[in-house]
Amino acid sequence: MSALLIRNGHLIDPAAGVDGHRDILLKDGRVAEIAAAGKLKPTNGTESLDAAGLTVAPGLIDIHVHLREPGQGYKETIATGTAAAAAGGFTAVAAMPNTSPVNDSAEVTRWMLAPERGAHVRVYPIAAATRGSKGESINDFAALKSAGAVAVTDDGHPILKDSVMRETLTAAARVGLSVIQHAEDTRLTQGASMNAGPMAFKLGLRGMPPEAESSLVERDIRLVTELRDARSHLHVAHTSTAGAMAAVRQARRNGLRVTCEVAPHHFLLTEEHVGFYNTNAKMNPPLRSAADRDAMIEGILDGIVDAIATDHAPHATHEKEVEFENAPNGITGLETALGLCLLWLHKEWKLPLGRVLSLLSAQPAALLGLKGRGTLAVGSFADVVVFDPKAEWIYRAKETRSKAHNTPFDGWTMQGKVRWTISEGRVAYASA
Amino acid sequence: MTAAATAPPVRRHLHPPPVPASPFPYNPGSLLSVQDLTLEAVSHLLARASLLENLDPLLRDRILLKRRVALLFYESSTRTRTSFELAAKGLGADTTLVSNLSSSIEKGETLKDTGLTLRALGAETIILRHNSSGAPWLLEEATRLPVLNAGDGMHEHPTQALLDLRTILAHLHPRIEAISADTLAGVTVTITGDILHSRVARSNMLLLPRLGARVVLCGPAQFLPELATGAGPGISIERDFDAALQQSQVVMMLRIQAERLAGQRIDLEQYKASYQLTGQRLAAHAPSALVMHPGPIIRGLELTAGVADGSQSVILEQVRHGVAIRMAVVERALADSSTKAGCA
Repeated sequence: MSALLIRNGHLIDPAAGVDGHRDILLKDGRVAEIAAAGKLKPTNGTESLDAAGLTVAPGLIDIHVHLREPGQGYKETIATGTAAAAAGGFTAVAAMPNTSPVNDSAEVTRWMLAPERGAHVRVYPIAAATRGSKGESINDFAALKSAGAVAVTDDGHPILKDSVMRETLTAAARVGLSVIQHAEDTRLTQGASMNAGPMAFKLGLRGMPPEAESSLVERDIRLVTELRDARSHLHVAHTSTAGAMAAVRQARRNGLRVTCEVAPHHFLLTEEHVGFYNTNAKMNPPLRSAADRDAMIEGILDGIVDAIATDHAPHATHEKEVEFENAPNGITGLETALGLCLLWLHKEWKLPLGRVLSLLSAQPAALLGLKGRGTLAVGSFADVVVFDPKAEWIYRAKETRSKAHNTPFDGWTMQGKVRWTISEGRVAYASA
Repeated sequence: MTAAATAPPVRRHLHPPPVPASPFPYNPGSLLSVQDLTLEAVSHLLARASLLENLDPLLRDRILLKRRVALLFYESSTRTRTSFELAAKGLGADTTLVSNLSSSIEKGETLKDTGLTLRALGAETIILRHNSSGAPWLLEEATRLPVLNAGDGMHEHPTQALLDLRTILAHLHPRIEAISADTLAGVTVTITGDILHSRVARSNMLLLPRLGARVVLCGPAQFLPELATGAGPGISIERDFDAALQQSQVVMMLRIQAERLAGQRIDLEQYKASYQLTGQRLAAHAPSALVMHPGPIIRGLELTAGVADGSQSVILEQVRHGVAIRMAVVERALADSSTKAGCA
């Protein structure tokens, strides 16, 4: 395999404590050498990228995406989803199991990882916790782990039964897998299509109360507490309510291994952005109140939040061009996450660049135990994002690499333009 | 994982991204919400309604002669459909009715495709009744035609609010020429019943306070959440029906919308005891108030037959005002947009 030299860039590697001008040599899919800028010279057969004026960082890691394969290739494929990931600076994505069939077997997990899928970046399957994600009988976690699964979840079909959730936490802890919960007490959200509150009343839509999320997070934390197993890890997916954030904060204070992620739309937008029934502002959990949004920002700035995850959820255009209550939940996110995080978290709200990048790489890698990812220390995977931190640009959904255009951020200003995304030493994306 | 912060969160002063301005309505002839109308536009519609109502039918039917009006109805309707149709025909327009039960909608055609098909057939405006809140916005965005909202789900029913306003004015201010922000100052309108599921309630509570009226909402918590007062200014809640009646010059009764209860159960006997408008209640607490109802009425449930047929009832007058208001609204939809006065 050929080598690739990235010269004169500003390397920010929070996990390795590096923040300065460096040359970085990638060889055979790994980081081979790091030296002061100008020290490394390209030898024969070494391709070279000039990163002067650019930021070089560990490739971004999104631990919550929907790649729709197997079964829903008309929405997205592993190839198109990972192409969008690469365009957004991501070099690893963890794919949710709500596919068709549900990824509840080693067979499906292996199918997703096969080279024929044409993935542009590394895919980590997250397997279903229960058979068919029906919340009744748990799957063989050891088999799923050896097939390549990095965590278990029933995602959009949260595990409501205490006994099943307890069994899931116990079994996952035994084999060293994280349990991810989409926290929604679906008994409280039947027929609802946005956040419960004055906006839902005004629009004549049934609302999802914030308690549907926070009560399940509290229940899960109680189960983790009762288990008293240091190996058990509960991860709260797409946290959206102040109540859930407070519960995670308290759990951490109590020394529990409870982590959470927040999606860019939940720290930027509120239920007001639904406007007049914009189906590209419809997702689950829904956009919440301004107080909830502020609690997400606080959680990020305070360090309670462990990862920014997009919940990239592509849908075909015709599926979203319907009555609001009939539209499927979800928005795309892979191409807009970095630009939004840099503009809002870093530039507007002054979170140091290293911490923003950590939330998008080192911390999610640590959270799911993705070895050799999320850092550019010598010997790590050669997963790199090179971006122009100063560039402001406008996101155009019609230019996306994803199959889907369902984003509320079409036409929004982004900060930081990805120049190259390098996945295990190969250039997976290069901007024109 | 990072170390958890142990200190309580500190509120920082942050500026989040603004909410983008609404692109609606795309077409100045559309009437999606009562909020699309300025007070001047409401005033103009009321004036045109009176003028058109009194015009010689043989002159009136030249106003929209052979213009094409489509009625697209996804829900059953007696009053709204018939009065829109009579209004359009009264102005000389050709009308066509498409209903979900006798069209390709049954075969799975979407609202967008149905709208584009009607436009291709020459429809110049579409009057839409739909069981999903927000459907008129989807239709307008897809077709860019003037879309008239004839009731969308639990959301709005703007022409009902306009005809209710005309009914109220006919009794309280019979000689009024133009309306203003204090035309209904000192007037309390109580809306009683299933507020949560009512598009009539939403349109009225958004329109009447803009003329200075106080809107009092009355009903059990199941049908009337506290946050309803947040819908707009001039809205309050009074759970005690008798206390609400005592303050009111107008009382609007609403039907319990069984089709929208979504599994909720209600104790009808208890409901009637608290909220049914009876002759006794009316005589004791609001002997001169106007009794209104958007229909369909369920005699013996939200109001007694005696009240429905009684001297204070203006329920059938409302129906009559509906034709005049809808003539003005259809005329506005098809007016040359360059000469239109009705757009907010």
